[in-house]
Amino acid sequence: MPSSIPASVTAELQDAHGRRKGPVILRSLLRDRYATASIIFLLIVLAFAILGPSLLAEQARALNLKGRNAPPFSLDAGWMFILGGDALGRSLLARIIVASQNTILISATAVLLSVLVGGLLGLVAGYRGGWLGDVLLRLADAIMTFPSMLLAMIVLFVFEPGVSNVIFVLAVSRIPIFMRTVRAEVLELKQRMFVVAARATGASTSRVLFFHIAPMVLPTIINLAALEMAFVMLVESGLSFLGIGIQPPEVTWGLMVADGRNYLGSAWWLAFWPGLAIMLTAMSLNLLTNWLRVVTDPVERWRLETEAR
Amino acid sequence: MGSFIFKRSFQSILSLIFLVIVVFFLARMTGSPAMLYLPPEATQEQLDAYNALHGFDDPLMVQFGSFIAGVFQGNFGQSLQYSRPALDMVLEAFPTTLALAAVTMPLVLLISIVTGALAAYRPGGAFDRLASLISLIGASMPNFWVAIVGVLVFAVTLNMLPTSGTGTWQHWVLPVAVLVLRPAGVLVQVMRTSMMTALSSVYVKAAKAKGVKARTIIFVHALRNSLLPVITVASDQAAGIVNGAVIVESVFGFPGIGKLMIDSVLMRDFAVIQAAILVTALAVFLINIIVDISYAFVDPRIRHS
Repeated sequence: MPSSIPASVTAELQDAHGRRKGPVILRSLLRDRYATASIIFLLIVLAFAILGPSLLAEQARALNLKGRNAPPFSLDAGWMFILGGDALGRSLLARIIVASQNTILISATAVLLSVLVGGLLGLVAGYRGGWLGDVLLRLADAIMTFPSMLLAMIVLFVFEPGVSNVIFVLAVSRIPIFMRTVRAEVLELKQRMFVVAARATGASTSRVLFFHIAPMVLPTIINLAALEMAFVMLVESGLSFLGIGIQPPEVTWGLMVADGRNYLGSAWWLAFWPGLAIMLTAMSLNLLTNWLRVVTDPVERWRLETEAR
Repeated sequence: MGSFIFKRSFQSILSLIFLVIVVFFLARMTGSPAMLYLPPEATQEQLDAYNALHGFDDPLMVQFGSFIAGVFQGNFGQSLQYSRPALDMVLEAFPTTLALAAVTMPLVLLISIVTGALAAYRPGGAFDRLASLISLIGASMPNFWVAIVGVLVFAVTLNMLPTSGTGTWQHWVLPVAVLVLRPAGVLVQVMRTSMMTALSSVYVKAAKAKGVKARTIIFVHALRNSLLPVITVASDQAAGIVNGAVIVESVFGFPGIGKLMIDSVLMRDFAVIQAAILVTALAVFLINIIVDISYAFVDPRIRHS
């Protein structure tokens, strides 16, 4: 057993008979066709995001005269033009795969940042409470009631709109959600017997927070993170579409839709495919969350396991 | 109840003041917009004169002081682009967005409450699965993309609806349809979950045992008890509608506050951005307070506590 996993998590993964729960979870995943399909789709997108630019950068930039404004579903210019080509004769498929890197990188990093910062603040606000908790909560409320698009607009108006600033803006606008969720869970958890017992045996505050409370909050956070990633991706695409997000020559799916908008009458596929890619990825994340919610809910999981036996 | 609303209003005002300060100083950090509004061959003297004219050369605190003093007199300064009072421009654009939201929100509530309630009656049934799939698609679609595809299909190809602008009711069909999608998709799920909880309660079982019709059970007995979470999430979606309006208005050329904001961000028109953001934030805060009050009407337990 790898020692980096906290004891409470590995204990979670074993049922009453000491059997590993991995196969049970896998079986429940395979039974949910939607969840299986979305995991496979997300893994493909992830592979594209990681490997795409190094494998296909050439094809995404190459100008193919035969592929100029090539309509989709025709193999005249080769299978790279299955989704069509743009006005310069670049393969749309290759461009979508290359653009997946920025799209995924931005939303994943933004969500990771807001999980870390929001989670930490939530732990502190929930466990310590007091004036610090109050101030943090008020601040979170102020950010949450404010439309995230406006926040992004102001900040990107002041600072140069680039990859790192877009990530920063998106992270800041999502931190309150994670903070509030973690805080609410911690408020309830810290009254529970196992926390009181840990404290009574002399565990330090940080030990109680990170080894006893944090693992209990983790399932909720993972669910929320998948859901938020879909949302963040949509906001980033919207910002890039409006011209205040990612700037050319960098490319994301949202930017590709914006570019394709000018050719709407003559070459619909330029705006259509990147948008479809955004939608399918967001949908997969949402479907995955539905399944995760069932698996991480102890009551529902118990039902699954008794059925599986 | 009264003290609760007073507390919420006080917090909102504090948040608003905080917001005004942040927006002011952030906007000023970009430096003077003189370069953007004067021709590139303008001399340093001309740049200085422009800055002096608009007060951009005063110390920051002096600018801030005169800005705050102006706000209390309803004066947000002049638009650099149009040389008009910024507040007038914002107040002209605001009704369009408000109308957009006023058409969208009741539609969203109607669709999600009816669909969610019916889906919850037989969880896992055909209607439930269909509703879940459609609401999921609705919540996952990028709204700017739906707008573009909508224009392509209904305006360019079928020639049924206009591509952009305002005027007739046909101009409102696509923007409203695009705006409805995401909040409705989210709310159907919320309503379904909350209706399922209500339907598993004892009084519903009693009604079923007495032989009350399914429709009556859902819409008379259980509906009111399952509305509270929907109202909470719906008020969160009010901020979401503003997000959506920014995009929808700029795609469809609607002269609302979202388009005004995007245009003034791109043209670095300080005064207009500040006025627009403050008015929008005020509207969102007002909606939140109204929602808080409406809880008491929906749920008597809150009214009497």
